[in-house]
Amino acid sequence: MELNLADTKKWMNLFVEEVEKNKSNLNELDTAIGDGDHGTNMDRGMQAITAALEKKEPSDLAELYKTVAFAMIQKIGGASGPLYGTAFLDMSKKAKETADLTELIQVGTDGLKRRGQSDVGMKTMIDVWQPVATALKDNKFNQQAVDEALESTKDMVATKGRASYLEEKSRGHLDPGSQSSAYLFGALIKVIGV
Amino acid sequence: MKKIINKTEDIVPEMISGLVKTNPDLVKEIEGTTAVVRNDEKFAEQKQVGVVSGGGSGHEPLHAGYVGDGMLSAAVAGEVFTSPTPDQIYEAIKAVDQGQGVLLIVKNYSGDVMNFDMAKEMAEADDIEIKTIVVDDDISVENSEFTQGKRGVAGTVLVEKIVGAAARSGMNLTDLAKLGQNVIDQTKTIGIALHAATVPAVGHPGFELAKDEIEYGIGIHNERGYAVEKIKPSNQLANELIEKIMNEFTDKSGSFAVLVNGMGGTLLMEQYIFANDVLNELNDKKIDVKFSKVGNQVTSLDMQGVSLTIMKADDSWIKMLKEPVTTIGW
Repeated sequence: MELNLADTKKWMNLFVEEVEKNKSNLNELDTAIGDGDHGTNMDRGMQAITAALEKKEPSDLAELYKTVAFAMIQKIGGASGPLYGTAFLDMSKKAKETADLTELIQVGTDGLKRRGQSDVGMKTMIDVWQPVATALKDNKFNQQAVDEALESTKDMVATKGRASYLEEKSRGHLDPGSQSSAYLFGALIKVIGV
Repeated sequence: MKKIINKTEDIVPEMISGLVKTNPDLVKEIEGTTAVVRNDEKFAEQKQVGVVSGGGSGHEPLHAGYVGDGMLSAAVAGEVFTSPTPDQIYEAIKAVDQGQGVLLIVKNYSGDVMNFDMAKEMAEADDIEIKTIVVDDDISVENSEFTQGKRGVAGTVLVEKIVGAAARSGMNLTDLAKLGQNVIDQTKTIGIALHAATVPAVGHPGFELAKDEIEYGIGIHNERGYAVEKIKPSNQLANELIEKIMNEFTDKSGSFAVLVNGMGGTLLMEQYIFANDVLNELNDKKIDVKFSKVGNQVTSLDMQGVSLTIMKADDSWIKMLKEPVTTIGW
């Protein structure tokens, strides 16, 4: 599936809206197993995305993803900044070759794995990104796939990131990074209408 | 939540602005960032390896309070409990590089490690030689492949003090990184909380403890520890924490350094009582403490509690710990 520039921009704008609307939910999730600021940090990144896109209209997909990446790297901080930033930066590089969404999401997921030196099952945002990438490949991408991926993080024990210090106690809580990623892909679904 | 602030999003820039305005002879802001760099006269003359550290805000006076002659060359302040971004760290690296390279002192938290890593890549693209040491002194966390590894907590300030002294004496980057790693390997910390901190953007304490409960093994970002127990008298707490830390050292001979660190909401009075118990107990155990320090060095906002750091230090390190510095916070 290919996603053109206009729809990708719509996707990013919807993502921004979703995160801003759910900022306190992300903070609450992060209070349970982290330090309570994932919503605040993401919100700062979202404002930066909006400002950057208003300042300069991206001329192609690669530029759009790069703009989003830089806004997030420079404004989010914490672990989420370099993670989201790396994913979108790698997607930007790939977008020079292809507009295929399946390939782009997989490249973004691989970027997350590299930057965080982590993989699926560690209770991180990869646990949403990889299932979404796989669902896209299998033509099974829809809201249910996103919800199930997010829900799967609840019973995981964190082995990477701040929540890993809680070990067993991290079980029973949704991973905040997975939740913000679920907003990202929920926004995508609204754009492509599956 | 009552706090003397304006808007939560302005907390860090306004704090830095106030810090710089009240200490203009020591530090200046790096333009366009929330990082500070040395502004003393010696800085331009001394051609030394740059030493840069940073992290989330709320651990005061870490790190900006330790910028000055004999400690850090620059410090980068992230948002409250949130690591600084790579572009800001990169600006700090450029501001302190004098052609001898730059050493980054990073606390072992995933966000800090990743952002400093990205900044390192950016600086290396400019042909600046960079080495990184990661402080992981917190023994309350198992260092296994199943966690992020041990956290960097209060011991960081002792690492910054020793590395800063060595950098001032002209040590090269490779040796400085080696020294820093040796110091980290001999530094062990454990902390307790009586009351969790309130992150301004959240507005309520990070976790709840009953009136007579304390939490063992907390981190410096409101992370819960490994056990909740009834509070005990200071001397019993001291015994328990010392027991845990000294078990980490196979060789208990030679010199040691001790840091009793307040978490932000605990009076110096209590910190000194606890320090008194710690030093008495170590004396009873025939541990030779040659350097000790008490105070709020690496706080966790307004958390009530203390941490205890013990370092097995050779005599050259003790000397470096005792050297005078010109900073806001040491």
